[in-house]
Amino acid sequence: MRARRAARSARSRADEEVGVRIALFTTCLVDAVFPGAAVATVRLLERLGHEVHVPQGQACCGQMHVNTGYAPEAVGIVRNHVRTFAPVLDGEWDAVVAPSGSCVGSVRHQQSVVARRHGDARLAHTAEQVAAHTYELSELLVDVLGVTDVGAWFPRTVTYHPTCHSLRLLRVGDRPTRLLRAVDGLELVDLPDADQCCGFGGTFALKNADTSGAMVADKADAVAASGADVVTAGDWSCLMNIDGALSRAGGRARAVHLAEILASTRERPWRPEQRPAAPTTAAPAGGRA
Amino acid sequence: MSAVPLGMPGRRVPDGQVGRGPTVGRGRGDAAVHPLPATPPSDPLRWGPSFPEAAHETLADPQLRANLRRATRTIRDKRLAVTGELPDWEALRDAGAAVKADVMERLPELLVELEASVVARGGTVHWARDAAEANAIVVGIAQGHGVREVVKVKSMATQEIGLNEALADAGIEAVETDLAERIVQLAGDMPSHILVPAIHRNRAQIRDIFAAGMDDAPPDLTDDPHDLAMAARAHLRARFLRAEVAVSGANLAIADTGTVAVVESEGNGRMCLTLPRVLVTVMGIEKVLPTFRDLEVFLQLLPRSSTGERMNPYTSMWTGVTPGDGPQEFHLVLLDNGRTRALADDVGRQALHCIRCSACLNVCPVYERAGGHAYGSVYPGPIGAILTPQLLGVGDTGGPSGSHDPTASLPFASTLCGACYDACPVKIDIPSALVHLRERATHPGGAATPTPTTAAMRVAAVALGGGTRFRWAARGVSVAARLTGGRRLRRLPWPGSLWTAARDAPALPPRSFRDLWRRRGGRA
Repeated sequence: MRARRAARSARSRADEEVGVRIALFTTCLVDAVFPGAAVATVRLLERLGHEVHVPQGQACCGQMHVNTGYAPEAVGIVRNHVRTFAPVLDGEWDAVVAPSGSCVGSVRHQQSVVARRHGDARLAHTAEQVAAHTYELSELLVDVLGVTDVGAWFPRTVTYHPTCHSLRLLRVGDRPTRLLRAVDGLELVDLPDADQCCGFGGTFALKNADTSGAMVADKADAVAASGADVVTAGDWSCLMNIDGALSRAGGRARAVHLAEILASTRERPWRPEQRPAAPTTAAPAGGRA
Repeated sequence: MSAVPLGMPGRRVPDGQVGRGPTVGRGRGDAAVHPLPATPPSDPLRWGPSFPEAAHETLADPQLRANLRRATRTIRDKRLAVTGELPDWEALRDAGAAVKADVMERLPELLVELEASVVARGGTVHWARDAAEANAIVVGIAQGHGVREVVKVKSMATQEIGLNEALADAGIEAVETDLAERIVQLAGDMPSHILVPAIHRNRAQIRDIFAAGMDDAPPDLTDDPHDLAMAARAHLRARFLRAEVAVSGANLAIADTGTVAVVESEGNGRMCLTLPRVLVTVMGIEKVLPTFRDLEVFLQLLPRSSTGERMNPYTSMWTGVTPGDGPQEFHLVLLDNGRTRALADDVGRQALHCIRCSACLNVCPVYERAGGHAYGSVYPGPIGAILTPQLLGVGDTGGPSGSHDPTASLPFASTLCGACYDACPVKIDIPSALVHLRERATHPGGAATPTPTTAAMRVAAVALGGGTRFRWAARGVSVAARLTGGRRLRRLPWPGSLWTAARDAPALPPRSFRDLWRRRGGRA
């Protein structure tokens, strides 16, 4: 209830063309390894006239621990996350956004379960409320901010990998592709077997390295078969896996986060350098017009 | 239930379901087919090494991967077509899940009711705590009738307990009559799929298996699917007609009427269930349903989810004994074998809702690559990864534990992609059960085992448990970025080598986002 009310209030601010105050949950992987996606998320939301805040107490949602069998050890991580973003419940911000379907899936479907199972019902309750205000980027844009054309320009052939948690846990559906289709200059092509997992699975990639390797090799083949020069998704974890396999295979296609495509404009186009250094690749900055 | 038709002249083995291999003609007996797995399992419920080790072997077989890819895709597409056409499919799934949850809530009383109903209709009910007890009951019944041979309907429960081997030890031959199950039996294999047990064999191999293992195989047998089906048909018909005792499993049993049901595609089950004088059915205790009306839900869910058919060709139902019609002696063996242990776990118990349709196997990207034998159990795939560990007590004090134990490794054999949950006709939340069982595996008896992973997770829990701590951890990444010159890396030392075996490591950024944000005074 409270969640729906909050979404309505965020939406009504958007409708009234008042800037929506958004707290960015960067996610630990993006923060430490792929800061370009966070920079792009901030630029995009500010360009759309909204206010972005980055609470400094944040770190991680706890998903890696929980999915590796260490839920008891994850309780402290969950507590830190919930405490950091709880001000959204008092109107400090209108919504929380993360450039990751998987981390939002964890916030929405895991945190309260973990807290409750390990004896902290109060934390579980607050976690549920914070989760109800937390959105994956494409959800925030389409459902809360009510935009599909964000005024982006990205003159490349792009294919979209739906990522399992966005697809099946969050059910983001066609929101990302609606956003992509509205991007000026972008040609969206189908990815064969798009709904098949890329084989990342967090620590699965290490614990079951052979199976994971076979899966990501198939995904890289599918990207190559699509004819795209960019594969995108709402999650750097899956993209890190796919990008690594593409790089290993030596083809021309590379991974770019959805936020980076949507942040790109004619005035301020996406450049590979924004994603810190990929010196072995040769993605042309200007791209194909 | 198998998708491979038998006893239906004119029908052909559908493409993909037993694989389509090289079509080179071979002379009789000139190609040795080695059993898979090579070493006979000591326990059909769990054999062999851990999942990663077993998968390392099976992934190296390109023929197996090609077979599986083709076969799982074919079944997957058929299932999507016949589930998509039902406007109430989601409601049916909800109904199936609700009935199963109700059954688990009152399993003891339903089983007692089932027993009373079966006995009232002239059947005999036996209770078996484990595999040994169940096998002893069936062997005792067969010996009591002095038979040397029994015919069998495809059954997961009897595979689970190793009944065929127990009967063989008593000098009784168990003849599998489902085509794919017979292939597996003649090859000395273990099944690698719940529905299509010979999915790992192609037709050239099946031809060689028949030529070597069937004493009455035609001398000019080819690997044409029709020829293979006809050879098996003739071979099995002789055995149906002479059998005095049949052994079956059960897809479901109705508590209030005592009715037991088997659904199948080939008609071999119908032969076994009607021709012999004595019928012994081994059924897991979780298969009971409260009322006859519940059948309407499951007889829609099962065929559409398993073979991708609107209705399975044969549905056999029997209630006790009918004088002068069908078997005149009926035994129902109710098997626990770890099921009450699974029932005690409030998250894991949903594995007992499984109706053995195998839809989760067919959509699983891990199963599709690694194959069924990598799971080292008669229950492979996602459902096996949550059922087998529970039947064997993973995470119980003194039970299997850790991600390297053969049994405890199973819940880790998934990317948690969720395709299985979407496909499951009774909405078993397999990803959540996997995560829960991972916790049981790493915390046997409630405390984390002292392993390198545990140590790493504890350190990571500190680093990821607060903003300031995380800033310092992220600075470690920046240091690594300087050391690596901001380049992608093709080779990392262990454990990073597990990553770089298949893909490059990402180029690391000189600064984390939070450092960029602070340096720019809260602007990106």
